[in-house]
Amino acid sequence: MEGFLPILIMIGLGVGFAAGSVLLSQFLGPRKPSAEKSAPYECGMPAVGDARERQSIKFYLVAMVFLLFDIEVAFLYPWAVAFRDLGMVGFWQLVTFFLLLVTGFIYVWRKGAFDWGEERHGR
Amino acid sequence: MDALLFWILAAVAVVASLLVVGQRNPMYSVLLLIVSFCALSGLYVLLGAPFVAAIQIIIYAGAIMVLFLFVVMLLNVPTEDPPTGYHARLFGGAGPRRFGAVLALVFVVELAWALREMAGTTIGRGAPSSVYDIGVRLFRDYGFAFEATSLLILVAMVGAIVLARKEPS
Repeated sequence: MEGFLPILIMIGLGVGFAAGSVLLSQFLGPRKPSAEKSAPYECGMPAVGDARERQSIKFYLVAMVFLLFDIEVAFLYPWAVAFRDLGMVGFWQLVTFFLLLVTGFIYVWRKGAFDWGEERHGR
Repeated sequence: MDALLFWILAAVAVVASLLVVGQRNPMYSVLLLIVSFCALSGLYVLLGAPFVAAIQIIIYAGAIMVLFLFVVMLLNVPTEDPPTGYHARLFGGAGPRRFGAVLALVFVVELAWALREMAGTTIGRGAPSSVYDIGVRLFRDYGFAFEATSLLILVAMVGAIVLARKEPS
């Protein structure tokens, strides 16, 4: 519990800095709004259409694969901390685990889940 | 100090969760759910389970919320339809809402029962809590389950690809 005090301070500083910057600029900054200034900024281009378009399923697929590899990485933390005491058995356990998942990664790759080429996304 | 932190985090979690339900815009609901998850993570730290706290942030706030966000974006529902006469017809509304209300009731009863049963017992005495303990237990005692998890993840990967693939036409 004690070891988490720095994290708490860190969170406090982060939130404080973000909130402080917004509030200070709100109070100190001059505000002369014009139509140009309050328009949504998109790299200097005039904004076209609605931001709420239906997204391609491919984004979901990437998010799904990310979630699965995130779970995989989560298993790494306890392994890395206990690595010295687990010895070679633990090492090969993890190698097996990884090989199985690398198989899945190759499968996902070969199936073209990461291809964003020729075809337009959407619809 | 601990008690103060507990009340702050609990309040944040409860308020954020209530706002998740109360929001009309599903996008805001998802973002508020992240706030709730972060507060829960803090509660896990207070319970002496730092690994669960880290997992809560890494997997729930990091990956599962991304999935939720993409579901919202895939379905593209700008706002929920305001239910008419919501309070009056909480249990008498349309099918899905009535189902939700019944489900909520079941959860509350279940929670009350669980809390009553658990009162006086100390939870998690002797259970591994530190990341090191979890590592040792996971790889020594539950090695097979660990390897089986990788198969489960593999199946999930293949399933996602098969479900989302383009129908050959």
